[in-house]
Amino acid sequence: MSKVDPRQDARLSIRTPRSRVKGLGASGHGADHFWMQRLTGASNALLMIAFVVIVAKMWGRPYPEAVALVAQPIVAILLVLAVVSVTIHMRLGMQVVIEDYVHDTGLKFAALTANTFYAVVVAAACLYAIVRVGLGGLV
Amino acid sequence: MAPIARPNVAQPLSPHLQIYRWTWTMAMSVFHRITGTALYGGTALVAIWLVALASGPRAYGAVAWFFGSWIGLLILFAYTWVLLHHMLGGLRHFVWDTGYGYDKPKRLGLARATLIGSVTLTLVIWLLAVVLR
Repeated sequence: MSKVDPRQDARLSIRTPRSRVKGLGASGHGADHFWMQRLTGASNALLMIAFVVIVAKMWGRPYPEAVALVAQPIVAILLVLAVVSVTIHMRLGMQVVIEDYVHDTGLKFAALTANTFYAVVVAAACLYAIVRVGLGGLV
Repeated sequence: MAPIARPNVAQPLSPHLQIYRWTWTMAMSVFHRITGTALYGGTALVAIWLVALASGPRAYGAVAWFFGSWIGLLILFAYTWVLLHHMLGGLRHFVWDTGYGYDKPKRLGLARATLIGSVTLTLVIWLLAVVLR
């Protein structure tokens, strides 16, 4: 099996060299990764302020009060937004760390897969819990 | 494409971190990656906390007890600093993204402001939390 991507071989491709690289770069995804990391970084900065306040307000409160706080629509919505923004951001960030330090192809593939699984599991667990608390009936 | 010819001798490798003298910008770059990795693991604690809240008073009681213990408080305090440091490091990157802050005094100032800012903000937040409680 050739290690060269056939799409990169001008003799096999009908596309012009310029069209092959236009806006995409080496990974074929253009600036999507960079842009999404910046976008979620900006939303994280705002949402983490809310998150710190929510955690500080919840700390040391008895169970019914903690549930009542998270069940408030504004708190639940802010937490949902924070979870989505943070899990996208952390997956992209860890992807770069893996790509920088894990050079073995198989190991890199496994690490990148585990990275996505972890981000999705954390997001699913947090979102389910917030919705469960928000829908009421716990206390 | 023709294969790249490589000489059959051991070539010098490019020097890595341990070769260089530590500088502020280098230290803050390393801190940014370490704090990001720590926050990555820390989201599991957030998931445990929220799932415990959705599971009932027994599960939440256990998690609340842990975060009320001295080791739990230590984790929360460290978590606050790590979060704020990574946040300020990210804001520093936003400044650089605009093309500003690359000359020597500015990048040194930004690197120092990241550390001083994160420590100060952490102390202010915990002071406020204690006073307002």
